Parts: sequence; structure tokens; C-alpha cells
Amino acid sequence: MTSQLRRLASGGDIDRSKIIRYEFNGTRYQGYEGDTLASALIANGVSLTARSFKYHRPRGIMGAGSEEPASFVELLDDDASSSQPITTVLLREGLRAKSVSGWPSLKYDLLSINQLITRCIPAGFYYKTFKWPNWHFFEPSIRRIAGLANAPKQAPTKGQYESRNWFCDVLIIGAGPAGLTSALTAARSGARTILVDDGTNPGGGLLNRTDKVNDKNTSDWITSITDELDSLSNVLRLQESIAWAYREQNLVVVTERQPAAELLLQRTWRIRARQVILACGAIERTLVFANNDRPGVMLASAVQAYVNRYAVLPGKRAVIFTNNDSAYPVAVDMIAAGIEIASIIDSRTGPSNAMRELAGDIEILTNHIVASTLGRQRVRAVVVQSNETGNPRSIPCDLLCVSGGWNPTIHLFSQSRSTLRYNDDLAAFIPHEAVQACECVGAAAGEFELGQILADGIKVGARAASDCGFKRVETSVPSTASSAPYSIEPLWQVNSSETSANAFVDIQNDVTLNDVHLAIREGFGAIEHVKRYTTGGMGIDQGKTGGINIVGAVANRSNVALRDIGTTTYRSPFAPIEFGAIAGGRENSALLPYRHTPMTQWNKDFGATMYESGARWRRPGYYAKNGETFQETVNREALATRTNLAVYDGSPLGKFDICGPDATKLIDILYTNLFSNLKVGTGRYGMMLTEDGRILDDGVTVKLGENHYLMSTSTANAEVVHRHIQHFLQIERPKWNVWITPITTQWSNATVCGPNAREFLSRVESDIDFSADEFPFMAMREGTIEGIEARVFRVSFTGELSFEINVQSRFALKLWERLFELGEPLGLTPIGSEANHVLRVEKGFLSLGHEVDGTADPYDLGMSWIMSKKKVDYIGKRAVEIRRSVESPRRELVGLLTDDPSRLVTEGAPLTPSGRLEASEGFVTASVWSVASSRSVALALLTNGRSRIGQTAHIRLKGEIVPATITQPCFYDADSLRMKN
Amino acid sequence: MLVIHCPFCGPRNESEFINGGPAREKRADNPNAYADADWIDYLIEAPNPLGPVTEKWWHVMGCSMWFSIQRNTLTHEILDYANKTHD
Ligand SMILES: [Zn+2]
Repeated sequence: MTSQLRRLASGGDIDRSKIIRYEFNGTRYQGYEGDTLASALIANGVSLTARSFKYHRPRGIMGAGSEEPASFVELLDDDASSSQPITTVLLREGLRAKSVSGWPSLKYDLLSINQLITRCIPAGFYYKTFKWPNWHFFEPSIRRIAGLANAPKQAPTKGQYESRNWFCDVLIIGAGPAGLTSALTAARSGARTILVDDGTNPGGGLLNRTDKVNDKNTSDWITSITDELDSLSNVLRLQESIAWAYREQNLVVVTERQPAAELLLQRTWRIRARQVILACGAIERTLVFANNDRPGVMLASAVQAYVNRYAVLPGKRAVIFTNNDSAYPVAVDMIAAGIEIASIIDSRTGPSNAMRELAGDIEILTNHIVASTLGRQRVRAVVVQSNETGNPRSIPCDLLCVSGGWNPTIHLFSQSRSTLRYNDDLAAFIPHEAVQACECVGAAAGEFELGQILADGIKVGARAASDCGFKRVETSVPSTASSAPYSIEPLWQVNSSETSANAFVDIQNDVTLNDVHLAIREGFGAIEHVKRYTTGGMGIDQGKTGGINIVGAVANRSNVALRDIGTTTYRSPFAPIEFGAIAGGRENSALLPYRHTPMTQWNKDFGATMYESGARWRRPGYYAKNGETFQETVNREALATRTNLAVYDGSPLGKFDICGPDATKLIDILYTNLFSNLKVGTGRYGMMLTEDGRILDDGVTVKLGENHYLMSTSTANAEVVHRHIQHFLQIERPKWNVWITPITTQWSNATVCGPNAREFLSRVESDIDFSADEFPFMAMREGTIEGIEARVFRVSFTGELSFEINVQSRFALKLWERLFELGEPLGLTPIGSEANHVLRVEKGFLSLGHEVDGTADPYDLGMSWIMSKKKVDYIGKRAVEIRRSVESPRRELVGLLTDDPSRLVTEGAPLTPSGRLEASEGFVTASVWSVASSRSVALALLTNGRSRIGQTAHIRLKGEIVPATITQPCFYDADSLRMKN
Repeated sequence: MLVIHCPFCGPRNESEFINGGPAREKRADNPNAYADADWIDYLIEAPNPLGPVTEKWWHVMGCSMWFSIQRNTLTHEILDYANKTHD
């Protein structure tokens, strides 16, 4: 175990009394509470932390926050999670992490040979190379070579995710100086205020620097603000929380990574805010020169954070390379921490006197650039070049701090669809016009002077609260030492003789200047095209540090101004978010809860295997008895229905009560067949089309009284039918007087069927006369059964004599149990949906999703009789007529009897001409073992099928062709005498 | 996620609604009076502008009411709740 040799003896926001042990790439180290994985590795002198995505170049830590472009880790064990920036992983006891790339190890990466063949993997390589046969063929090996992390093998076991919908008046993103002052001002006015910050502690950039506010250390000032915020009941503060999506109408999605709740892994907030204040700060940019990716090259601001906040030394002798003022205060802090600064390389001709004063004795090479870095797994020198003479000179160092200027963090602002504009003074894109109720403030708005940031925060906070209707409250502006205005001269790439093949514009995706140039040469010069072609600006870091350098490179090469090129579209998520955090509690059955009938528990107790029968309804599939196979069970249940007595739970069927003066008119236009001549107390099977002539649903509608109907629909389609009817009534015929009540769950039913059904029901205590004369087929009777009020429909989906006993759901279980008490001695058998399927296929009854596939119309299914000739109009009539007016071969419903009577085929299997490898001429819609015929039977949709009855069709399976005779689509009781008996 | 003002229930999240496509002229009382081509147009031609469109929504997780709003398809801005329901 190594001790922390690169840790300073004092200073920093870490707790040296709390030692934390952790493991990185198999080696064990120590750090302190308050560390990130990155700072704890720097403390131990670890500089090689990654291998790059494409070329497997050695990489180190470059940033200090979510901007990190180089090092990503996979967390192991209970934390299992992939592709986390190394800089945002909080250190905790027992943490185990490994680099996502590098195989077999970082030091001896076999694939780093790719470095030598850079030219072989240019931009667009994936598109050009892996077109055939398809990407998935190559994906596993690419993934390994590319060093993308593996998804965790299993979901986290110790805890769960959660999500919350929330709202507030003012939502502030970022608790830096701007965010804190605006939150305080808004909160004091009484507005419901939420302050979200992605840091472990509030303070933003203040935490990394040594500024003073009100003549106090910034930490004291920050605490005074958060103490006041925490004392207010109208304030919610979410720390260690990342705002990663900004959607329409001020919906901001925030994931809290360390919620203070036991067993809670992460919590995602969907916050709807009346006003949003974006105080997300700014992100420092890298500079583009050869080998600008070598371990030891770091963002200047990151180095500042490491020495001040974490008290660790990322190097001993440093060179600073900058094109702006912000690197000078960093130099001061580095010297204070004991880092020797060899030189400041400033690409500008004249940094201000204020900067020269700050630098003191440090050598400043103005109008110079860094042309390249030297070293293998770590920087050991930089090659510096004068812009005037071009003479190179080598300066030994183990750390190169780069600062290419600052980009306001406008990601969320841009996600909100608000526009950006290029600012020449800052050489950056800054917020332009907000299209939602939001405003950027502080560095996010392009203001880098602390005093002004604090004043602006107060102003914007007050404005947001007052826009929500809260009165302004005075908040005084804290005092700060004045600082020189920020100044920058853009440097999108250095001009040097060094090859641009190793000058990276996107370090995470290994995109070089050469790649950008290639994209432009090949005609993909528009900025969105450059992004797709090179993958620059994509990936985990979304080009936070280098994206603008791509725009700059395109500008340089194409001679266009940056303002005219613009940026690519900013998309969510702003930072990597775990899928679990997005899903929240909506996993497995909680995503869409199941629906149960009153008989579910009884069915389970009776040994039912439960299925989903559509629309999340659970229904028994089959009730296997001791030792029975699936097929034996289904055969027994189907046979009981054909020969004796069975009952099934038909409760999930969609049911609608339809009444009103225009109810009959409505039913008549919804169904293809005539309903207006239906008599009270009887029902009719009907078919519904969509307006474009496709079958929507089928089912029985019973006339309960004058202008009063009960419509039943298929289980899965109940909601679709409801929408269809409501749409027609409310949008197309708003003047019609009809009232529709969905009563699917209000009524449940037990369907008693089989040749002995009448005999059985006559033994049940009831005032209903079940005799054939008094209760004919398709009739409805109301009465009591075993003391329970019931509506009994004589309808049949099995082809047998059948009575559907409907009762209010709360009495359904009582009815069901009573029927069993009485019926068991007679052999009453509960049957599941599998037996139902067999029975309906034997009879050739339709099933939506099987025979009705969205292309078939009633003629195709042999049901021309259901298309009323008498009615002038019904929904879908014209569409079917128009389609049928053109002669074209149609797929028609037929039966199939395989030559081998024991042969069952997969439902959906294609039929091809003579079984040849040709376009199919249809498919098998259902194939079951028929208990009535003691052989397999199948239904199929087959081109011109009806004219081919008696001929042979061929089912083409993998490695086999199954011949079958084409028959009528009915294998049992073709005249339906049994169900009408 | 949009916030949609149901004329009956007030502002609710989009997830409670089902989009019913752009509003069109009412279905004819007698479709037989249309030439084939005109009826086909009625079936398949739907306005799909980049900008404001009047569209139908169904409050399926609420009151079951169908109503129209005017939404800018480019910005997602809901411009008009007037003529909320269909008389
Ligand atoms: Zn509503």
C-alpha cells in the first residue's frame, strides 16, 4: 500500500483524520474523506489512468469535474456502474474501480499498437468499414478494442432508485457565487426555491480558488448563505445533484446521486419551475497541439482545484500554456503549494501589466506556443516555439497546465431551445435569447469577474422571484477585491510544423485535427456533419473541453467566422446518468402494474399458470394437475368443454355501457353490420373497422333496453375502442346524445360452457329459465343466481353451449366458488386461455392479433355477410369499397391440415410457393392440437386461399418444408348446431 | 414533457393524454357523395406543418374528454386553448 506522497501537509477541504482505503486497477491505495477518486490517485502519484478509445494512447487525469475528457472508470461490486468520469467519483471506504479501457493492463496495453497505425483508423472508419453484413457482427470486438465499459451484469442489490415529480417558483442550477446569491434573494422574497448543485459541497468555482468575499475566506461566506437558506422553509437544497435535461415548459430533470435516505441509491427529480436560473459556471477549454493528450497535460483550472481544494500536487515542475488571463492566478496558487513553474507560455503578444505583476519572477514567454509534448507514459518535457522565429526549444517538466479560455456552460440553456451567439471578447458562445422562462447568470452568462457575478446573482434572483409575483427584498452585494477584466485571444490550434495527426480536438473520442480536415475534404464540412463523421463532441463528456476547438478548426480550414458556423445541438444528458436513475421505481411489473380479476387468487390456488391476456390483465393460461404436461393439461381442459362441462374467467373482456337517445345510431355507424333491428334482450356479434378500412375489433353487443346497450370488446383493445368511440362522439358528432361508461372492471364473469351447461345451470338456484325455448342463442336474461344479481348472455367463443354469467365484481368470487361447490361432482373443469385458444381455432373463430393482422378485411376472413348492404354508411365502408374496387390478390383465411397429423407448426410460420425460397404467400396464424379431430389443425392467411381449398400449401420452416392440405377454416361443427342448440 | 390544459381538469402532464393527430374537418355525413380520390385524400392527407398546428388530444388518464389545442411543432409552445372543446 502506497502512502500519499503527493499530498500537502496542510490545507484543502479534506479530512486527514479520516483515511479511506480504495482500489484502482487492482492496486490498493489510501485517500482522505473529501477526495474524489481523481484527487486520491494524484495524491498517490498515479498519472496513467486510462487508455484512449481508438488508438489506446496513454491518458491521465485532465480535469477536476464533469468536464473530464480522458479518464473514465467502471465501478465494481455494489456500486457497479460504467463509464463514470474519474473526477466525479467520490472516494468512499472499499471503493473498487477500474479503467474502462486498456487490455490486458494500462501499462502493457497490447492494442496500443493502434497508435502506430493511426492512419488506418481515420474519421469515418466505422462507417466505411463495418457496413457489411451489419454492425452487430463487429460490435463485440469493437467494443473490446474501443474500450467501452461493460454494462453491469446485474442490477444493484443494496437499495433502489426513486423518482419524484416536483414544482417550484424559482429553480437555480449551480451553487457557485451567482447561484448562491440568486437563491438567497429569491428565497428571501418568499418564492418556493430549489437550489441544485452537482458538487459535494456548495461553492462552485470558489472552492477551487482563494478569493475573499466580505474580507472573509469564501468558505465562511458560503456557509453563511447556505445556513440561511437551510433555515427557510420555502427552500430545498439538492447537493451532489446533477441537472441533466431541460425540457419544454421549464421541466428540468435532476438526479440526486447521494440522497439522504437509507437504501436509496439515487433519486431523480422532475422539477417543473416557473422560473429557471442557470448559474452553471463555465468550463475551461484545452488547447490543440501535438500530443496534447499525454498524461501530465491538465487543465489549469483543474490543477488549481487539486492544489487548493484537495491539497495534492499533480506535478513538481510545471509549464503553463495559455491564451488568456485566467492561468495567471493559477500560477500563483501553484507556487504557494510548492510547485516550481518553469515558464508561462502565452500565445498572446502582450499580457497585461496586471498579469505580469501576478506572475512575479516567473518567466513569461509571450507570442510563444507549445508545439508538442515529449515523454512516453507521462510528460517529461514540452517543445516551445516562438511565433516570430519558429525556433523550437525544449523545457523539461512533468506537468503542463493548459488554458484555452472559458466556455460558459450553456448546455442546459441550449437544451431549452434558447439561442446562443458568439462573443468576440470572450471568444466563446454565450447565451443569446431565452425561449423559456429562464436566465443565465454569472460565468454561465459570460461574466467572469467575481464582484459583478455576485451583483448579477442578486439582480437575477430578485427578477425571477418578482416575475413569480413575490415582492422584492433588499439583499446587499458582498464586497470582493477588484480584479482585472478577463482578456483572451483565441487560439483554436497552434501553427507548427509538428504533425496534426496527434493534435487532439476531442480527447475522449480520439479525434484529431487531421480527422476534421478529412471530414471537410470529403464533403462533411457542416458542423453537424463534422460531428457525425468524426464523432468529435460525442460520447460521455459531450465535448465539454474540446467541442469549440472543433468549431475553431473548421473555421480555420474553411475560412469562415465561428459565429457563422455555430455549435452542434446540445442534448441531454449533460453528464452520464445511470439507467436505473432514469427508470426510478418503474421496474418490472411496477412499470405497468398488472390487472387482476376477483378470481386471481382462487386461480393461483387451483394451480393455474397465469398469463397476460392483453392490456396487462392476468388470466389463467392452464391449470396443470399433478404431473400433467402442458399439452396433457390443455387437452384435458378442451375435452372437458367439448364433452361435459367447463367454466372460464372471462372478466377481462372490455365492457361499455352505452345509452342515450342517439345510442342506436352510434352502434349502427360503429359496426359494419346492422344493429338497429336488434330486439331488447338479445345480442349480436359485430365487427368494427377503422375509417381506413382495417379491422379494429369484434365482439358482442347486447341491447339492454330502448337506447341502452352493453358492448363487449376484446381484452387488449378495450382502450383503443374507447378512444375510437369517444373520438367519434366528441369530435365528429358532438351533437349526438350518447353517454358511454367503461364498465370493464365493474362487471366480472364466469362463463359456463359445454354440452352439460344447461343441465348444470338448471340445478343452480336461479329465477332464470335456462331451457332452450326460453333462453335461445344470443339472448340475454337478467335475474339472480345463487342470490346474486346477474346478467346472463348466451354467447359462445368455444363453439359449445355457453352461458356468460356477469355479476358485479365484488360478488364474482362468491359466484365462482358457489359454482364450483355445485359443479365439482359433475366434473366442472376450470379452463385457461390455452384451451380457449384450441377451442376457438377448431371452430375457426377469429382472434385479434392472429387472423386479424391489420391488413385483413372481413371479406378476406370469409365474412362478407357482416358488411351490411342495407346501411348507407358505417365507419370504414368507403375505404373497403375503394380498396376492393381494384382487383388484386388478397390473403384469405383458410384451414390447414398438415400431412403428418401429429405435426404442430410455429404460429407465424411463412407459406411459400411449393416451399421454395421465395416471397411468402401467407403465414400460419394458429396451430393447435385439436381434441375434436385428434390431430393437429391450423389456420392461415393465404393468397387466394379460398380458391385453393383441397390443394397443398407448404409451410417453410428452418431446414424443413411441411406440406399441408388447404381446407375450410373450420374443423368442428361447421353448422354451429352445438352452440345454437 | 408538455403541460396541457385540459378544459375540464386544468393543467396536467402530457403523460395523461394521448395525441389524436391534427384536427381535420368533420367526417362527412354521407361519404358516398365523395369521389374515390377525394375520400382517399380525406383519409390520408393530414396537415403536418412546421409551426402552429391545431391538434386533438384525449385525456385518457383523466376525464376522457377530447379537445383541441394549437401547438407550435417547432418550439412545443402551446399557443391557444381557445375553442377548447368541440361544441
Ligand atoms: Zn381532463
